[in-house]
Amino acid sequence: MSEPLLTVKNLSVDFHTARGTVHAVRNVSWSVSRGETLAILGESGSGKSVSANAVMNLLDTPPAEIVSGEILYEGEDLLRVSYEKHRALNGKKIAMIFQDPLGHLNPVYTVGWQIMEMMTAHGRPSDLARTRALELIARVGLPDPEAAMRKYPHQFSGGQRQRLMIAMALMLKPDILIADEPTTALDVTIQAEVLALLKELQAETGMALVLITHDLGVVAEIADRVVVMNKGEIVETGTARDVYHAPQHAYTQKLIAAAPGKGEIRQLDGAAPLLLEAKNLCKSYGKFTALRDVSLTLARGQSLAVVGESGSGKSTLARTILRLEQADSGQALWKGRDLIAMNARDLLECRREIQMVFQDPTQSLNPRMSVYQLIAEGWDIHKLMPDKSKRRARVLELLEQVGLSPEHADRYPHQFSGGQRQRIAIARALALEPELIICDEAVSALDVSIQAQVIALLDGLRQRLGISFLFIAHDLGVVRDFADTVIVMKAGEIVERGPTAEIFEAPQHDYTQRLLAANLDPDPDVQAARRAALTHG
Amino acid sequence: MTKMIGQRAIASLLSLLGLMVLVFFLSRLTGDPAVLFLPIDATEEMKQQFRALHGLDLPLIEQFGRYVWDLLHLDFGESLRKARPAIDIVLEAYAWTLPLALITMSLVVVAAIVLGSLAAFNVGGFFDRLVSIISLVGASAPDFWIAIVAIVVFSLGLGWLPTSGVGTPWHWILPVAVLFIRPFGLVVQVVRGSMLSALAAPYVKTARAKGVKNLPLIFVHTLRNGMLPVITVIGDQAAAMLNGAVIVETIFGFPGIGKLMIDSILQRDFNVVLAAIMVTAIAIFIMNILIDIAYGLLDPRIRH
Repeated sequence: MSEPLLTVKNLSVDFHTARGTVHAVRNVSWSVSRGETLAILGESGSGKSVSANAVMNLLDTPPAEIVSGEILYEGEDLLRVSYEKHRALNGKKIAMIFQDPLGHLNPVYTVGWQIMEMMTAHGRPSDLARTRALELIARVGLPDPEAAMRKYPHQFSGGQRQRLMIAMALMLKPDILIADEPTTALDVTIQAEVLALLKELQAETGMALVLITHDLGVVAEIADRVVVMNKGEIVETGTARDVYHAPQHAYTQKLIAAAPGKGEIRQLDGAAPLLLEAKNLCKSYGKFTALRDVSLTLARGQSLAVVGESGSGKSTLARTILRLEQADSGQALWKGRDLIAMNARDLLECRREIQMVFQDPTQSLNPRMSVYQLIAEGWDIHKLMPDKSKRRARVLELLEQVGLSPEHADRYPHQFSGGQRQRIAIARALALEPELIICDEAVSALDVSIQAQVIALLDGLRQRLGISFLFIAHDLGVVRDFADTVIVMKAGEIVERGPTAEIFEAPQHDYTQRLLAANLDPDPDVQAARRAALTHG
Repeated sequence: MTKMIGQRAIASLLSLLGLMVLVFFLSRLTGDPAVLFLPIDATEEMKQQFRALHGLDLPLIEQFGRYVWDLLHLDFGESLRKARPAIDIVLEAYAWTLPLALITMSLVVVAAIVLGSLAAFNVGGFFDRLVSIISLVGASAPDFWIAIVAIVVFSLGLGWLPTSGVGTPWHWILPVAVLFIRPFGLVVQVVRGSMLSALAAPYVKTARAKGVKNLPLIFVHTLRNGMLPVITVIGDQAAAMLNGAVIVETIFGFPGIGKLMIDSILQRDFNVVLAAIMVTAIAIFIMNILIDIAYGLLDPRIRH
């Protein structure tokens, strides 16, 4: 192997916070060579971004403190060069792109100005910067570069914004590109396009690519080598294939085992009685049609998944059925009674039977209420459990049911991890003994290993209590593991529906096929075979 | 953008109309002007004459019609004390208040933005603490007290500056300086807070990863974003100044709108008070529209 371009050696970084010192990374070492793609894989809090931020001098000191280590680039230790020298390297030799391109582009300047600034900030003349910016905007695949230059970030889609970030990063032909979760916020089909673009550009320029991700699929698709991080330490290093097929460390094994979409597909029980039937639901916001003639049926004890990309109308569908939004037309029959036309008193009763779990438990749980208050609140609203002395026992029982312990009842949401918070949200829904739980991307924000646990919990509730689930998700692996039937939505319409096995094994609609094809498999060999099929087919 | 400004202008005109109605009825509610204005031993005949002269004997609705008609012509009647058109007196006073407000606010804006931004960039450091202390003192010190102390020190003690009146540029220094302190203290705190959150924004991280130097990082990337909440406060403070700085103008004998309003109220010169209220209101409405335009210019998301 060639001489490494960038080497991180024994890096340890502490964060000094009000609650004490956190060892963010300890003795982390990795290196990347020209033309190579290194993935740094880890879950949230693993410290996977810290070393890359140290490379870019983006750690705020304080609270961060670099305790030891060196970062070698062209014979110099980047941790010891002057501020000015480091600044001059940033962007020019080592460039970086980020997860959320909308937040990471300045909202008040034109995209053209921001891309050109990459060169002007390093003393290049602006006419040269302009020519190069136009060339790169065209290269990353945006139509009409001249017009794009004059627009502002909010006028582009998420995928286009990430392409613009990439164009900006490549202005000065850097030796190394660091990409921090570059596709996490994007839809699967867009993710596939952006990863393909990064690969092409790497082949053209020979730059080294350091990709920080939590997604095994992304690693399988793009990485040559992978560094697995857990709790601030590197637990395993190797080629992407070796690590996937023969993981050495227990954590890596657990991570790979938790990757969704590999279990048996459930067989549909056709005999269950009908619980919910939506007929021809329509909803528009001004000129924008969010739902167009959407119909679905859901039987007792079954789970129906609604999949689709952002803006396809999946959340609007859930909100319309629950009447958080008023449908323009159509019916939603809950045990034969139409929710859309129901009066407020009957609706309240039905709302007890239909509960919702949202994507982000940090926001859906009131931070000023204790876990006990959060779970018991619904009983006040619905005038249940009048005997307050029994409430506490029931809350403790519910906590146990979702895998938390009794002493958690008097704590507050911020004292829990993301996965635990989602369990609290599920316990809150269960408190009202619902017959249907609507999960709106309920596991999307969770780490893979936590995701698997929450899915197992939901599935247990389905089997033991006979609860039905309307499960909105964009992650096809999770859907494959959990759903009995699947609805595929695109632009407010259902393009395909059927039992999970049919959708995954024999998709009919062109769009479903594209979605499945763009969904990344965690196995590098499977991804390589798909790529080969694409290029040769 | 043009549409938004148009809507704001229409909304402003409606509130102006509302203000006209309110002022008319409130002034009728304070009692019979003939009783209020004429000496206490005036005969009924004199009162009748007074009412006829000012149209106060007409039905209320007709009085209101005349009142609106006159307002539309910017005709507020004669000043009851000075026997000149009220509007002329008000505009004369405004010609003093406007430059005072403009000069002071320009200084406030420039000083608060530069010092607040640098303090935010250097958060927790010596400079940040110094600015915080100065602004806290400035925002909380009562202006009448500062004005008197300033006169005692700089005019009576050191003899550097005149105590009151207008005429030379020297006369402006103390009023501007005293008026400057409070808004500066407030605005610099808002700038600092707003810049702190803007500096933590992801796009600043991008700029640092691009290798942008510190000064453009603060004054190009962050400031324009940080300015949005600041503009609201600046507008609020400027509106207070357009109302006339009653206390400061009185202490320094500065012939502005604030002093005129107080004098006219004490003298029951209702026409001048009315004219002053309407002119001030128009000035504040114009300024609010300017602020909306400034928002649009700073933030393309509002513009589109």
